[in-house]
Amino acid sequence: MSTSAQVQQMPTMKKKDFVSDQEVRWCPGCGDYAILNAVQQVFPTLGIPREKFAIVSGIGCSSRFPYYMNTYGFHSIHGRAPAIATGVKVANPDLSVWVITGDGDALSIGGNHFIHTMRRNVGLKILLFNNKIYGLTKGQYSPTSEKGKKTKSTPFGSVDRPFNPISLALGAECTFVARTVDIYQKHMKEVLTRAAAHKGTAFVEILQNCNIFNDRAFADITDKPNRDDKQVVLEQGKPLIYGKEHRRGIRMSKYLPEVVDLDGSVSEDELVVHDETRPAAYAFLLSRMLAPEFPTPIGIFRAIDTDSYEDGVNDQVRSVTEKLGEGTIESLLNAGDTWTVT
Amino acid sequence: MQLTGSQFTSTTVSMGNDVSTLPDFPAEIRAPAGTLPGVSGYQIHFSSNQIYTPGDQADVLVAMNPAALKVNLEGLKPNGVIVANTDSFSPRDLQKAHYESNPLEDGSLDGYRLFAIDVTRLTRAALKESKLDTRAVDRCKNFFALGMMYYLYERPTDVTERWLEQKFHGKDDLIKANKMALRAGVAYCEATEVFHETYKVPAAKLVPGKYRNVSGNQALSLGLVAAAKTANLPLFLGSYPITPASDILHQLAGYKNYNVETFQAEDEIAGVCAAIGAAFAGSLGVTTTSGPGVALKMEAIGLAIMVELPLIIVNVQRGGPSTGLPTKTEQADLFQAVYGRNSESSLPVLAPATPADCFNIAFEAVRIALAYMTPVIILSDGYLANGAEPWKLPAVDELPSIKTRYYTDAKSFRPYLRDKRTLARPWGIPGTPGLEHRVGGLEKNEEDGNVSYDPLNHERMVKLRAEKVQRVAQDIPDLEVLGPESGKLLLVGWGSTYGAIVSAVRRCHADGVDVSAIHLRHLFPFPRNLGAILARFEKVLVPELNSGQLATMLRSSYLKETVCLSKIQGRPFSQREVFEKINQLLERTS
Repeated sequence: MSTSAQVQQMPTMKKKDFVSDQEVRWCPGCGDYAILNAVQQVFPTLGIPREKFAIVSGIGCSSRFPYYMNTYGFHSIHGRAPAIATGVKVANPDLSVWVITGDGDALSIGGNHFIHTMRRNVGLKILLFNNKIYGLTKGQYSPTSEKGKKTKSTPFGSVDRPFNPISLALGAECTFVARTVDIYQKHMKEVLTRAAAHKGTAFVEILQNCNIFNDRAFADITDKPNRDDKQVVLEQGKPLIYGKEHRRGIRMSKYLPEVVDLDGSVSEDELVVHDETRPAAYAFLLSRMLAPEFPTPIGIFRAIDTDSYEDGVNDQVRSVTEKLGEGTIESLLNAGDTWTVT
Repeated sequence: MQLTGSQFTSTTVSMGNDVSTLPDFPAEIRAPAGTLPGVSGYQIHFSSNQIYTPGDQADVLVAMNPAALKVNLEGLKPNGVIVANTDSFSPRDLQKAHYESNPLEDGSLDGYRLFAIDVTRLTRAALKESKLDTRAVDRCKNFFALGMMYYLYERPTDVTERWLEQKFHGKDDLIKANKMALRAGVAYCEATEVFHETYKVPAAKLVPGKYRNVSGNQALSLGLVAAAKTANLPLFLGSYPITPASDILHQLAGYKNYNVETFQAEDEIAGVCAAIGAAFAGSLGVTTTSGPGVALKMEAIGLAIMVELPLIIVNVQRGGPSTGLPTKTEQADLFQAVYGRNSESSLPVLAPATPADCFNIAFEAVRIALAYMTPVIILSDGYLANGAEPWKLPAVDELPSIKTRYYTDAKSFRPYLRDKRTLARPWGIPGTPGLEHRVGGLEKNEEDGNVSYDPLNHERMVKLRAEKVQRVAQDIPDLEVLGPESGKLLLVGWGSTYGAIVSAVRRCHADGVDVSAIHLRHLFPFPRNLGAILARFEKVLVPELNSGQLATMLRSSYLKETVCLSKIQGRPFSQREVFEKINQLLERTS
């Protein structure tokens, strides 16, 4: 949609152009602030006129997001944002439509819409703020909370097994799947920029800290002293190397990933070289690399180019109209068997 | 049997008769043939006069097996004609229908004119040259029976033959076999003079014009598309398959060249949500379903009320609660439509009176939704949806105009600044420069639409939303009374009870009895003159296919005592049921 001519005509936009006049009402210290900041910085760089952004959210702390963005916004009902956004995108494919959701909103009450949006490959950018807890209802376990989690609704520990959002998205054959972290501003902006350019559903899991009800849920991955040993950054065409001084890598062994020390006995040539265009099975294997055995992958797991749902719908309307001619009320009413009474 | 019935209907409307039909079929797709629950029937009433119902009692019953006879015999007039296929009255068939002896032989049908005919064997004989196997040949027996009915009522076979050529295009064996069976049915009657007499039903004196036969679901689909075209809006349907509403989804899916997009959603909730999203983006959002689906959609409908977007919700009602009677008719979702959401959240509710009226009601719903920026519920029902009648095509230039105005002026735009007459908020759609704004389910501040928890603002907004819906009444035409303007008894109908009520009232008038009727197509808000009309009558009778929902609403709105004629059997009223109730209330013996 952004030809170079359009970009030149558009006034240069800045972050402030995307800041609404509403007072932000998240808890001080919430990870959501960092995400809001990154989105407000990325949007002006995309070459899309401001009026063409529509942000749709569900219910929960994260879903207040549209109120703080000076774009078209729709704060809807619990879990339904992907369904509402599907209607927006199909009705007007020219819009850049973003869905803001949380782990409860997307994976619990809205689980059905979440997977079916991905199955269809609707051109929505879905940002899932995963803090592994229900925040707005004040601290119940969520579908991403770890087993055994003690919360207000699980005083003796949760017996539920959690979803892995990346695995779930890949299982639903999402065509763009990525993970980033609230405090990694640079990384998040790179991922968001890629998501914005993707045709079809782009899913980004953002590990987000809820400092009130689940503080430091991701600290073991993101805290500085250990961070390099606890995460591996996925980069297209590059081997999976991580760790302090890049001394560890991921190698495939008997169809499964394994951690190897790059101490001279293993060469870099043996490591997995990341390719986000591989079949989903590869990305799924990456998504199953779980702590503490494995480093947590950050970055783009999968990005493939294929037809979007809204293009399919609108192409069909166009081709049928070309074939049959544009219908009029006259032709509509007079179709089928008619007879005249005189 | 449904095909056979619809063919008789097509032929009959093409002859200029007025027609009203009642298809009646089981919820199961292939319910075991010959069992009582598996009976699929098609009742057709046709006349050279104007008619309003599928008829109370039939003159002719064609029973292709004992179960069909058993289930439908009570709907046959005394001394009526029974055509029974003797080939399917074997001991095993009789047992399946729980007959202890063969009714064709035991004298139990003595009060009727019985024609026991070996239809299966005759069909096989007629098709002995056919390349089809026996199974396929036997499937043609309904068309043999149809041929017999065409003979009995002096109908031509050409309409059905043309239909066969289209339906089975490229399958010449099937076309040929069915045509032969049809003609063989006619020929058999001619050759054997089995019926002794035939019936002429001349064309009805219908208003001059161009006609087509429509079911309620078809007319509703046509109305939605025509209204969207008139409003110059793309139509977006978000829907999930459900009986008896799915035909609307099917039909709209075929109208891609009319600027129609159809989205078969993953569930009922996604269907309505996508329609709301499309409305936010500037399309005419529509969702179609039946009662259980409406229950699932209600939270989203509440959202549409809060964000004040136009939306059409079609409820083709069926028997309930829960899954209830999926293929049978009922009018028990009126309370659900009017009151069935959390908090105080009103919306306009409309109901069509006849299958063809579904077109007008769809048009009216779209007009209201766009003029008042509100979701609107249409309450159709299974009887209207599947029943058919001749429909005089409206002149395109006489269709009501529907204006769509997207707001574009950035300087004056305030998301909840209301129109003075309608209280509608402006429709500023994404893509319009300078109108960037947020809507949502949280309470809105008056005018600017920002989130507000202010107590007095909340009270004002609840009242404003209610007032906006009440103002819909200012555009609703006054009700017209059928019969005297005042008197002892007024019947108040809504939805598909129209035909039975009008027939019963006209019968009273023919008998010289004063009784009046009004019919509500707007259930919320009510037409403005309703209260005044009610006040002019001593008694008010409300026939409805529920336990008295409209009657309750009338009592609470107008403090008017009402008598409810309730029927909850999955079937429409007969004219006689209404007629007898009138007589009872007027203390008159019929």
